[in-house]
Amino acid sequence: MKQLTIENISKSFGTTPVLKNVSLTIHAGEVHALLGTNGAGKSTLMKIVCGDYERDSGSISLNGQPLSIRNPSDAKKAGIGIVVQEVDTALFPALSVSENIWADSLNDSPFKLYSSNKERKKTKQLLETLGIPLDPTKLASECTLSEKQLILIARAMAHDVHYLILDEPTAPLSIEETKLLFDLIHKLKRKGVGIIYISHRMPEIEKISDRFTILRDGNVHLTAETKAISTDEIIANMVGSAIGKKKNRNRIGTNHTLFRAEDVYVPETRKTINLLLNQGEIIGIAGLVGAGKSETALALFGASKPQKGKIHLHNRTYRFRSPGDAIKAGVCLIPEERRQTGILLDFSLTENLTLPSLRRHSKKGLLNRKKEESYASSQINQLGIKAASAQEPIHYLSGGNQQKASIGKWLYEDQNVFLFDEPTKGIDVKAKAEVLELIKLLADEGKGILYFSSEIDELLEISDKILVMYDGEITATLTGDDMNHASIMQAATGGKAIEINS
Amino acid sequence: MKSTAELIETQSQPALQSPIKNKAISFFVKYGTLLVIVALILSFTILNDRFLTYSNFADILRSISIVTLVALGVTFTLIVGGFDLSVGSTVSLATIASAASLVWFRQELLVALLIPILLGIAIGLINAFITIKIRIPDLLATLAVMYIVNGIQLTYTKGFSIYNNMPMSDGTTAPGKFIPSFLFIGQGEIAGVPFPAIFMIFCVILVHLFLTYTRAGRLLYMTGSNREAARLSGVAVQRYRTLAYVLSGLFASIAGIVLASRIGTGQVSAGAPLLMDGVAAALIGYSVLGAGKPNAIGTFIGAVLIGILLNGLTMLNVPYYAQDIIKGTILIGALAFTFYQNKREIKM
Repeated sequence: MKQLTIENISKSFGTTPVLKNVSLTIHAGEVHALLGTNGAGKSTLMKIVCGDYERDSGSISLNGQPLSIRNPSDAKKAGIGIVVQEVDTALFPALSVSENIWADSLNDSPFKLYSSNKERKKTKQLLETLGIPLDPTKLASECTLSEKQLILIARAMAHDVHYLILDEPTAPLSIEETKLLFDLIHKLKRKGVGIIYISHRMPEIEKISDRFTILRDGNVHLTAETKAISTDEIIANMVGSAIGKKKNRNRIGTNHTLFRAEDVYVPETRKTINLLLNQGEIIGIAGLVGAGKSETALALFGASKPQKGKIHLHNRTYRFRSPGDAIKAGVCLIPEERRQTGILLDFSLTENLTLPSLRRHSKKGLLNRKKEESYASSQINQLGIKAASAQEPIHYLSGGNQQKASIGKWLYEDQNVFLFDEPTKGIDVKAKAEVLELIKLLADEGKGILYFSSEIDELLEISDKILVMYDGEITATLTGDDMNHASIMQAATGGKAIEINS
Repeated sequence: MKSTAELIETQSQPALQSPIKNKAISFFVKYGTLLVIVALILSFTILNDRFLTYSNFADILRSISIVTLVALGVTFTLIVGGFDLSVGSTVSLATIASAASLVWFRQELLVALLIPILLGIAIGLINAFITIKIRIPDLLATLAVMYIVNGIQLTYTKGFSIYNNMPMSDGTTAPGKFIPSFLFIGQGEIAGVPFPAIFMIFCVILVHLFLTYTRAGRLLYMTGSNREAARLSGVAVQRYRTLAYVLSGLFASIAGIVLASRIGTGQVSAGAPLLMDGVAAALIGYSVLGAGKPNAIGTFIGAVLIGILLNGLTMLNVPYYAQDIIKGTILIGALAFTFYQNKREIKM
């Protein structure tokens, strides 16, 4: 039987095992869904299959013949292709559709003469057989996201790919575009192409896949026929049953409305957001990677364009046209990409801590260094930031201390609403606990907190209420006992929306 | 992220490798440029006995005053992470504007100063508009503006220089002349010190204080260091970028006024060579005292370095066309220290 077999693959990064003896078989002509929560090891496994990473142990074989895949070109030669999630990283924007499709063959024989006329004819034929409505002469930079994806699929097919990996292909697509993609997938199936389909969207999995495999903590947890098992069971298997004990904090949130977003438009997801935050309340906003959490946080902060919608704060109505407006009104954001956007790496700890409140440490535009330094050192003590010197550039500090600084710079009395975007990303366990403690403290002082995260355990630990985002929209509001892994995952993967009032 | 143990390990590694070598590198990174200046002065003094005289140093200061003013403007645009190629043309236009108002229109000092300054500010605003609102990359935008401004001053003068008693197109003689109060700016002396040198040092100190001790100065640096992080911290980054281009135009126009006064005529395209010298001075400034970023004192030292070098080489009869080779070499040397150090820091 024709099949791609992955056997006993293990992979560790440093001392952390990411994959533990993973085995997986993909038949020719089937769609095999690969499922798992963030960090389950899906991406790592696929990168090994494509030759991006080298495996520590295990084997990959094609129809019984062992394959040696050491780099991406080995994988291509074996007939394994991938359509990556960030399509732009795989395309040449200044080249045409046709040139992009044949880019790999140019690489194989760089000095061979080629006829662009012939190439275009070949492209036309290929696109016709695949049923892709694309003009071969169009520039890749002018293509939409879904067209770019189609180019990548066509590129794979142009090289006789027998096994194709699609990594969250529908994340950026509209309903019609998704339909077009699914038609294409059916066509490929009929040609006998085996497809590994990575997605978080349960309705799609049900619709398109024949079999599925769930990865959990680097292990294969379950492989089964999709028809044989219900969506709820799949989610339960992804999440596991042992976890889900909630360590709820003592809720202090009041019923005084602090912050209300009314029809705030998020340009990247083309959706609008409404939400209400009380004084002293921590609202967790859950959602998988790609659900539009960061984009929503930025829009609420006035950092994306164009701005539409209103923010009500303390009985006043605002329209934030820039982050500066939001900050003046008392709303601040601790962004996800700390090193890129949360702090200024070249500047000292002091300069970072005083940046948003610099006006308070200066008089008529002149800086008062003494005042600035004493303010910074009191913040450093209060936050427990460990630094050899407050004057050293902040890039010498550890991730956890940097994160404390990126929160600490907002801790002056004008700030009332804190938007945290994945605040524990990339910091160690101890720093994580300290950051969570700090956030709880802020809520106890009566500040309002929106906590955007894909870490469900953290959300359960810290939130008074959890909103779940799916595809740019808030699809579920969970409170009390409904805040658990299963219901969050269900809503986050596009399961039925749950509305519970308590 | 790294654990504390890892961090300590990686930080102590370079020290373990070779402490002496590391100290030497740090020393050169910090004082290399100043050492080069001292070495240049020493060798020129030995090679030519007229080099180390008061009048020669007054000459050097006078000759670098214009470049320094241009370079201070360039420093501002470099700080916000931009670049302004139009400063040379702006100098030319300002020179022509003040000469024309004096010679062609018989205006007094104030007008001859205000018109070029307003033109300089206007060019800065145009540069800011094109780069920030229309979003053309700064190199391309200011390149285009450079051509336009250069074309304007050439068209306005029909390619001729402006000088006292020049014949006008209608056959008469020009009504005005370069008045003494205007000429004082470029040629005057106070207590034996050339006025342009005093003015230059005043500007350097002013810019230094502005960049170091004001909120605007800090925010200019932050805008240049990471625009998105600054924006998310509430900094009005577009306003500070605009400010930088306006200051760049302003300083270029002031340099143009000093230039017109110094030579006492309005030479067309006189500012063109100042662009590259100004940029070179500002870039050498990165390396002074290991700053690693554009700064006023560094820019001044950079201009001094170039000035001493050109003066000394001219005294040694090195042909002027060969001097560019040495200028380029010095620039590589200065930048090598700065960027080599940066690379080391990133590795750590």
